[in-house]
Amino acid sequence: MRIPIDTFRLANGLFVTLSEDHSAPIVAVNLWYHVGSANEREGRTGFAHLFEHMLFQGSAHVGTNEHFETIQRAGGTLNGSTWLERTNYFETVPSNHLESILWLEADRMGYLLPGMTQQKLDLQRDVVKNERRWSVDNQPYGTWLERLDALCFPPTHPFHHSLIGSMADLSAASLEDVASFFRTFYTPDNAVLSIAGDFDPAAARAAIDRYFGHIPRGPGKPPLPDMMLPPTFGERRREVVPDAVALPRLFLAFRSPVFGSDDYYAASVCGAVLGMRRGSRLYRALVREQQLAQEIGAFTFDLAKGADLLVIDAVARPGVSGAELEHAVGREVDRLREERVTAEEVERAVALIEADIVNAMQSAGERADQLSKFATFFGDPRLVNEQVDRYKAVTARAVDAFAQARLDEDNRASLLYVPRAAESVAQDVLAEATA
Amino acid sequence: MSTASFATRPLPGEPRPYAFPRFERRTLSNGITLVVAPVHRLPIVTVIAVTDAGSVADPLGREGLASLVAAMLAEGTASMDGEMLALRFERLGTSFSAYADWDVGVASMTVTRSHLADALALFAETLTAPSFPARELERLKAERLAELLQLRTEPRGLADEMMAHFVYAPESRFARPMAGGAAAVEAITARDVGELYTARYRAGGTTIVMAGDVSTDDALALLEESFGVWGGSAPAPIAVVDAPSPGARTVHVVTKADAPQSEIRVAHVGIPRIHPDYFRVTVMNAVLGGLFSSRINLNLRERNAYTYGARSEFDWRRAAGPFVVSTAVASEATAAATREILAEIDRMRSEPITEEELTLATSYMSGVFPIRYETTAAIATALANLVVYGLDDSYFDTYRANIESVTTTDVLEAAQRHLHPERLRIVVIGDPAEVAGPLAALDAGPVSLYDAEGSPLGS
Repeated sequence: MRIPIDTFRLANGLFVTLSEDHSAPIVAVNLWYHVGSANEREGRTGFAHLFEHMLFQGSAHVGTNEHFETIQRAGGTLNGSTWLERTNYFETVPSNHLESILWLEADRMGYLLPGMTQQKLDLQRDVVKNERRWSVDNQPYGTWLERLDALCFPPTHPFHHSLIGSMADLSAASLEDVASFFRTFYTPDNAVLSIAGDFDPAAARAAIDRYFGHIPRGPGKPPLPDMMLPPTFGERRREVVPDAVALPRLFLAFRSPVFGSDDYYAASVCGAVLGMRRGSRLYRALVREQQLAQEIGAFTFDLAKGADLLVIDAVARPGVSGAELEHAVGREVDRLREERVTAEEVERAVALIEADIVNAMQSAGERADQLSKFATFFGDPRLVNEQVDRYKAVTARAVDAFAQARLDEDNRASLLYVPRAAESVAQDVLAEATA
Repeated sequence: MSTASFATRPLPGEPRPYAFPRFERRTLSNGITLVVAPVHRLPIVTVIAVTDAGSVADPLGREGLASLVAAMLAEGTASMDGEMLALRFERLGTSFSAYADWDVGVASMTVTRSHLADALALFAETLTAPSFPARELERLKAERLAELLQLRTEPRGLADEMMAHFVYAPESRFARPMAGGAAAVEAITARDVGELYTARYRAGGTTIVMAGDVSTDDALALLEESFGVWGGSAPAPIAVVDAPSPGARTVHVVTKADAPQSEIRVAHVGIPRIHPDYFRVTVMNAVLGGLFSSRINLNLRERNAYTYGARSEFDWRRAAGPFVVSTAVASEATAAATREILAEIDRMRSEPITEEELTLATSYMSGVFPIRYETTAAIATALANLVVYGLDDSYFDTYRANIESVTTTDVLEAAQRHLHPERLRIVVIGDPAEVAGPLAALDAGPVSLYDAEGSPLGS
């Protein structure tokens, strides 16, 4: 399936993608700012995400909470999210409200700072601290993302530090940090605006010109440090975390090719052969046959800079130690390297991936987000229409080549959670790791 | 640079009309009801089969049986084992999913039009000729026991389970977990599975919904071919006990030592899905805690920063599901947050909401309606619910008018009739050392303490 795509760029650098579809009277607006936790400075971990919260706190012409209320009153849905490389803001509304949404987004891109106060910052800081408690500190395995990033990326690398941030760094964030982050990164030339759904292209273009056209270009953002990494870790990495969990859980990560590269698609298919749904190798072997795992899956982070990660995520059955789980997963990965992947396995994986892509494209919000993603990372939203073909071009031999190059012992990083009560299990694993 | 263009906001244009997709009902020769919504935007079809085999059908002491029966549909048939079934579905680019909710068993898949006939043949085989292999039953039981073990360290899920336990009368099925507790699951045998399947998975008690790139005639022909051999009349309806646990307002603290946050549930038994006050209650709940801009969320999150989020909901079932306020707050804010929740519930009952609050809720619910039905899966799910609850076929066409007709007086009366502060159960998963004292000082009801497994420790 292909969706229609039109693009243009305003004089101030704002890149716009439009995709019409009049099957329902709804329209999605999506903004990607090319800034994420990777752009944070030392001592300010978590700031990109805290800043995302501040964008809902009003701007020069929009009051506190008014952004949410205006869109909900229109019958729309909205949110924002922060990731290592980008921050996005998105809403889907009845199509007659498009212009109001563009106005709201433009007001916070152009005139955020007059709406900022110390009180708002203090309040959102506390909300974010509660978000950290909820999603990380009071949730079993909740620290996995920050631990895995720290384990897999070198200390100086922009992907190394915590996305949600430390409590201390969150406490240290000041109003001046908000202002300088805004001036540096929230500029039209560092953003992509996508609109998908029911709209009139000429009217949309006129509204975009009217509301975004006079926002000045930014001063230019500081370049990220060199993010290139060798293709493998070059060593076996392992971290064992005794924690308040009931069952051992393993995150086994492999450094893998960056999102969008030819090799990325082979890596993604390899991940699906290993861990996508019940017909995958890991599910069949560890959940169904050997009954060593309770759940198992595999996924990629989809990082576009430096290096991506392919991750296997497995939860042990009761009575199975972390060491046994890790050993069993490792055995299946070894088997994949030793026995060739079959064409049938690749077909199953690609059929599932293709179906997921087509399914997702039913939603206007999803189409707009994908357009922003490819425009932000590659300057070419038309790549959205090539995804299925690129997956279909992956051969069993390409998956084998990926497995040979990237799934060996020297490119494996284990993050293994074990129940704190079972200290002996952790000791066993540590003993094995140092043996 | 001028900000003049921002001084006046753009006004919305004329809304474009929207209608929920047209759908038709048919009956197969063996009694299966078919509902088809032809939507030809993309070459995909969602298929959902609902059978009268929800968890309310679980026998006493075998809670979790209906969930296991649904899950076992994917574990083997007369001609294929579970692994082969999964592979066959997945090579067609689809996955078969089956589960039981309180009211019905639900089997579903979304598949491209070109694979629909092949996928339907597999789909029909899982429902009409499951083999229930003993080895897979033991495995699924063990996986459920592991899930229960995980729940002890997972405060959100534990809070939901404990809430149901304290809200409903002990004899209510709703007081126990949908997928069953450890003793009940361990007791389930292959014979139980076979008996529930035979009693409740029957053509006459099954509706199949198809939404997407298929015509009604094609759907009917495909189903006659794949499901034609199945038989059985509709099973008898089940009498459900949805009575509340007796007594006035109480506070229950379940121990999670050193928890940095408390998971809070404030709940009582609500009303059944089919109720004359449904629209009034839905709008009332939106204002109270259903929206981001609701009273409870603005109070707890945006005014007091106690939490990342707080919400309220009526959990709709054929019988009366719970009304629940849910949030997680910093441990030291537990009593204060509880006090604010109780105050918001009281305020809802003591004074009318403003016209602005009313229109925020009604214009949101009316406006968001077409956004909810973007996908074939969402359309099919909506139609399945129509069947499960026995709603009128005009339900979707009159939904927006029904929402918009609710008044501030309706909301006040709905709050007075359906919010019951005096019989709330306040359930906290947290650190008793930190929260028990302040909760007792709140005077919201007697405070009882429980260990991490939910066994009473005293007051």
